[in-house]
Amino acid sequence: MTQATADTGFRYEDLGRLIALMTGAEKHAPAAHSTLDVLWVLYDRVLRVRPENAEEPGRDRFLLSKGHGPMAYYAVLAAKGFFPVERLRGFGSYDSPLGHHPDRTLIPGVEIGSGSLGHGLPLAVGSALGLRAQGLDDPAVWVLIGDAELDEGSNHEAIAYAGAAGLERLHTVVIDNDSATHGWRGGIASRFEAAGWSAVTVDGRDHEALYAAFTAPHPGRPHAVVARVEKKQ
Amino acid sequence: MDNMRERFVSVTSRALDEDPRLALVLAEITMDGFRPDQQRHPERVINVGIREQLLIGVGGGLALTGLRPIVHTFASFLVERPFEQIKLDFGHQGTGGVLVSANASYDWPAGGLTHMAPGDVALLDTLDGWTVHVPGHPDEAEALLRRAYAAGDDKVYVRLSQQSNAAPRPVDGVGLRTVREGGPGAAVVIAVGPLLDNVLAATEGLDVTVLYATTVRPFDDAALRGAAGRGRADVVLVEPYLAGTSTGAAAQALSEVPHRILGLGVGRAELRRYGTMDEHTAAHGLDPRSLRLRIGAFL
Repeated sequence: MTQATADTGFRYEDLGRLIALMTGAEKHAPAAHSTLDVLWVLYDRVLRVRPENAEEPGRDRFLLSKGHGPMAYYAVLAAKGFFPVERLRGFGSYDSPLGHHPDRTLIPGVEIGSGSLGHGLPLAVGSALGLRAQGLDDPAVWVLIGDAELDEGSNHEAIAYAGAAGLERLHTVVIDNDSATHGWRGGIASRFEAAGWSAVTVDGRDHEALYAAFTAPHPGRPHAVVARVEKKQ
Repeated sequence: MDNMRERFVSVTSRALDEDPRLALVLAEITMDGFRPDQQRHPERVINVGIREQLLIGVGGGLALTGLRPIVHTFASFLVERPFEQIKLDFGHQGTGGVLVSANASYDWPAGGLTHMAPGDVALLDTLDGWTVHVPGHPDEAEALLRRAYAAGDDKVYVRLSQQSNAAPRPVDGVGLRTVREGGPGAAVVIAVGPLLDNVLAATEGLDVTVLYATTVRPFDDAALRGAAGRGRADVVLVEPYLAGTSTGAAAQALSEVPHRILGLGVGRAELRRYGTMDEHTAAHGLDPRSLRLRIGAFL
């Protein structure tokens, strides 16, 4: 399988306009969306998943665990052709499949229904194990969580187990915008490293830095990318 | 004779050899029994450690990749502790799996409430689409486990217990089976799983129809309606978990006919006693003598 290069004609610069179709306001600039740059770099350059192969066993998996505020996610999926851009206009309405938390049974390309925090990383661990058990050693599993979501104990169960088990095809992106009330002494990456993960912290707005972090080799270990973005207002 | 949990190990061991789609997820409990299987199938016998939220989440993730997960620990840690994971990581994702519990309502009375789960079936009742098997004998457990493993992507809960009837009955994984037939208009007593022997002893000589249930969800509406007849219906439910768990289901089945329902089972109040299973069965009024008195008073 090759990189996701299917070109729908949309560029990063178009995402603000797509988000405005959902929010109805141009003030929701791309920079206001903490996940936008991470999602764009992943779908544009890293994940081997396209609308054409979204059902194939050998595809990469991206699990959005941080399901709150999914407008950036929907905008990127629409930009990459998973569903028509026109569908964005119905966001949150009764007849729209696009809810304020995504539902995998309603939207093509969405791997998990999310919203309740602390479910995505355990599901990603299970997905990585399930692929490996079927001899699918190539697909990568990615899960996106938030720094405050890391408060959930279920995530610590998953981090400890995945590190000990050396789940090399598992990847976690932590969007760190200082949302957690009590913070993380010593930094978030240190928590993953202590559990045996490879971990790197980068500027979550710098596309080249994100790409380098996403593609860094991590033999025998799961990999965490902590993407720092401006503090939550 | 082995017990249901031991039978679970032997049945699952063979099933893992036969069906490459099956994967077993454990949280330490019963790991010793599956060590040889882990040697044979290191990537399909997964022990996540003492992590019950992860236990269910991993099962959900395995299902997302197309495998059929078998997820096992004691009922209190399987159903109660990670309940939201059961709701979301299977139900909301639109996937399925097989949850297999041990310890039931009070299989280890000396262990106290932390290891008792009389509310597990009532809790699962708040979710949609779960099949619930409550075998009354290790042979029935074997048959129902095999059915559960082969049930496509269905969501199935199998509740194993140390309590057992003396002899197995045929089970079809569907609904209610008539064990004793009363006269026209006789009351119906439904005995669930391991309480059948006590119910048969308690109703000896009474004009009642006794139905045996080892699959309680979906509830077999048609069988209850058929046994109750067209007139007024008197129904007694005898369940090895929280009293009244199935009264709603029975009432729905009988919504077209006048009926009375008595729900017997494990009491809600914490007993705060240790001792033996028999002592707890008597304390909850589920021994033959207590059942006879309570059923007789109702009829």
